[in-house]
Amino acid sequence: MAQHDDGVTTPDSGAAGSPVGSTVALSSESGTGVVPLDSVENPGFPPHNPRQTNLDPKKDKNAERQVTFLFFLSIIGSVFALAAYMVFPIVPGDFGSIRENNLFLGLGITLGLLGIGLGAVHWAKQLMREDESVEYRHGTRGTEETRAKAVEVFELGDQESGFGRRTLIRNSLIGALVLTPVPAVALFRGLAPDTDPTALLNHTMWKKGVKLTHDPTGVPIKASDVTLGSAFHVIPEGLNQRSDALEQKAKAAVLLMRLQPEDLHVTKGRETWNYEGIIAYSQICTHVGCPVALYEQQTHHLLCPCHQSQFDMTHEARVIFGPARRPLPQLPITIDSEGYLIARSDFHEPVGPDYWERHV
Amino acid sequence: MTTTTSETRGGAVVPERKSVTQTTANWIDERTSISGLVRELGRKIFPDHWSFMLGEVALYSFIVILLTGTFLTFFFQASMAEVTYDGSYLPLKGIDMSAAMSSTLHLSFDIRGGLLMRQIHHWAALLFVASIGLHMLRIFFTGAFRKPRELNWVIGFVLFILALAEGFTGYSLPDDLLSGNGLRIIDGLVKGIPVIGTFTSYLLFGGEFPGTAIVGRLYTLHILLLPAILVAALGVHLLLLVINKHTQFAGPGKTNDNVVGVPIMPVFAAKAGGFFFIVFGVIVLMATFFTINPVWLYGPYDPSPISAGTQPDWYIGFADGALRLVPSGLGFQIGDFTFALNVFLPIVVLGLFIVLVAIYPFIESWVTGDKREHHIADRPRNAPTRTAIGAAGVVFYAVLWAAASSDLIATHFSLTVEGVILTLQILLIVGPIIAYLVTKRLCIGLQKKDREIALHGYESGRIVRLPGGEYIEVHEQLTDYERWRLVSFEDYKPLMLRPNAKGQISPLERARSVLSGWFFEDRITPVTTHELEQQHHAGHGALEGDSGTEIESGHH
Repeated sequence: MAQHDDGVTTPDSGAAGSPVGSTVALSSESGTGVVPLDSVENPGFPPHNPRQTNLDPKKDKNAERQVTFLFFLSIIGSVFALAAYMVFPIVPGDFGSIRENNLFLGLGITLGLLGIGLGAVHWAKQLMREDESVEYRHGTRGTEETRAKAVEVFELGDQESGFGRRTLIRNSLIGALVLTPVPAVALFRGLAPDTDPTALLNHTMWKKGVKLTHDPTGVPIKASDVTLGSAFHVIPEGLNQRSDALEQKAKAAVLLMRLQPEDLHVTKGRETWNYEGIIAYSQICTHVGCPVALYEQQTHHLLCPCHQSQFDMTHEARVIFGPARRPLPQLPITIDSEGYLIARSDFHEPVGPDYWERHV
Repeated sequence: MTTTTSETRGGAVVPERKSVTQTTANWIDERTSISGLVRELGRKIFPDHWSFMLGEVALYSFIVILLTGTFLTFFFQASMAEVTYDGSYLPLKGIDMSAAMSSTLHLSFDIRGGLLMRQIHHWAALLFVASIGLHMLRIFFTGAFRKPRELNWVIGFVLFILALAEGFTGYSLPDDLLSGNGLRIIDGLVKGIPVIGTFTSYLLFGGEFPGTAIVGRLYTLHILLLPAILVAALGVHLLLLVINKHTQFAGPGKTNDNVVGVPIMPVFAAKAGGFFFIVFGVIVLMATFFTINPVWLYGPYDPSPISAGTQPDWYIGFADGALRLVPSGLGFQIGDFTFALNVFLPIVVLGLFIVLVAIYPFIESWVTGDKREHHIADRPRNAPTRTAIGAAGVVFYAVLWAAASSDLIATHFSLTVEGVILTLQILLIVGPIIAYLVTKRLCIGLQKKDREIALHGYESGRIVRLPGGEYIEVHEQLTDYERWRLVSFEDYKPLMLRPNAKGQISPLERARSVLSGWFFEDRITPVTTHELEQQHHAGHGALEGDSGTEIESGHH
């Protein structure tokens, strides 16, 4: 084996078949590992097969040209990208110009990068030294001497400071260190307002007399506009004017639909919650809060597109499939004197996903 | 410029003409001692195998992410302040949206190359997570996590989790409809955690969902906190790689005590450096031709609209799938409190799954009790139980992942959503078991085949009729080099339960014995010299003078 000055040896062809010496005695426990006594012996490095570029000067020259060509291609690519930046500007309103800008700029940069990459790899594979080198491993643990020294360092540190001896100092320091980050953690309480989240989650914008309006226009809906089989996205009147419109909408969004009154299975106490077959249900899935927006007109099923919970609207939105646990809460509605749909009250239970403090 | 080399060892530097390189190198070294580092690492050997590139892909795509991400920060506004969009994308002109969404549209449609940069960033992120995943599978199935690399496995695992977190936080930044619904799901998930859920969500969103704080907070996580931790962990990961040196596959001349490969300077540097540019180039090519995350089609976030077939980015799929596979009706109210088991169960199951992944190296080393260092990567077949466990894990993950597309599977193959979900629910339980059994059998079968070939050689397909009328098939013997790859692997026996010094058997030791039996009861031992010799002298009628081939009656 050829020995290099850095301790790396090269298995040249002369070394083929030579036994491989072990420099590190890894004598740790093998556990249930079987240490075979007559395992097949490592045959050593196989003879080296030189590659074409080493045998044929012409091929060597060719490879050199190819590498140079690839690097040149990269230069062309980068120049092309610069040119494309100028030649293909974005024209406001012209979607095609964005596409061209993206395409030609991207192609130029791609060429600039791939040229370098392919060139370098080609160079390494065809022209740089190809035979493999060997480096010896040493056990990862430090030598016994080093470890003894390290232990000594700690012992000296302990002696000189009295860390182990002066227990009062040590323990009070530990106590102090444990407590210092606590104020910093407490500061993060400021991430949320001081108000109680539960109170907010229990109520929505709906209350007695609030008009049901179209989402997102806010135009009130007349009962007579809601034809059989139709479904509307609904928000409470005045939502768009609020500064916290999105937070309110995330709780108050409602789906309105009209079924044949005889198709509805109304439980006791909810007889007055629908108006002539017009029903309003929270649109926020009781699973994890996606809007349950897919209405199957024929089956009267509502489907949540996120996790496929299905609710049967003829049976007060009971869950018929999927991970949701509870029916969608119903919004009690009626009409006002002008025939507009209005809420009778807020929802009778918190809307949306389960949370720990939720109870009805 | 002509160069004059001058020996300066021990003596004063003679003022001679020197090349710029020499002067610069000298200048730096006199201030940093860097020559020592170059001497140590410059000719370090790296073994070569295609599968060792997976980690490189991860590293390089991360660099691409850093570069493009920095560009994006100059244009992106992490604010949820409401603005009216007035850019070049006409379909959304005049629509109210957050500054985050508006600036995303602005950098996509009004900045030359902005869309390209965004797409490079997103594609690189997808490649980052994918390559980390494949890299982990490579490490797992070749046993490259064994001593002394268990710690680096854990750090790599942390990097994987960070990559997922980076992905999710970045995905949510544009404040578009799709990512907003993703955040809504996170809100629902967090609220489902018993006791602390409600308040945690409140802190996260700075009040009620969606609030006006979340994008800014995710931005801080995305570009400051997570990358800082990621870069630090990555540094330790690579440092340990250098300290432990790379594993290598068994091969002639390769032992547990050496590394056979190419030196960093120049071959590995050229290959790896070149490969960086190739990875970068391919990502740019993807960004050039394939749209990714077209937020302009989704529109700004609004809590009520949604489109059918919503999908998270692929790497979050397994978590989304877990949510979908929960059976109906889990959860209950106890007194004044609600326990949302339908949400909490998938969190727990996923948590257990990833914890198992993280601590697997320690489980295996406890079972084997093997304290030796292992630098030769296993062929997966030579560790049948581990490979089978890995296959089971892959199937478990794959089923969860498929479940995230349950609705699309149903629509594409004209199936019912209910049927798809039920099938996946069953598969989630049964699939890993089947995968385990099949994989273990396959591995053992392959090992048997290896053994057969090592001992008897290849069937050459050449049938010879002997003078006595007997037909035999000529077997081509392997060379010693070829055989070595088949016979050099580690072998473990099941643990024999023995009482300790007090004459007792601890329950822990009993558990270890059970596990050990499970791992190593079915095993194929490596071929020994004795067996080889026996085979050579077996008197199966080796033809004289036909060296290199062995003849074997075709009866087995």
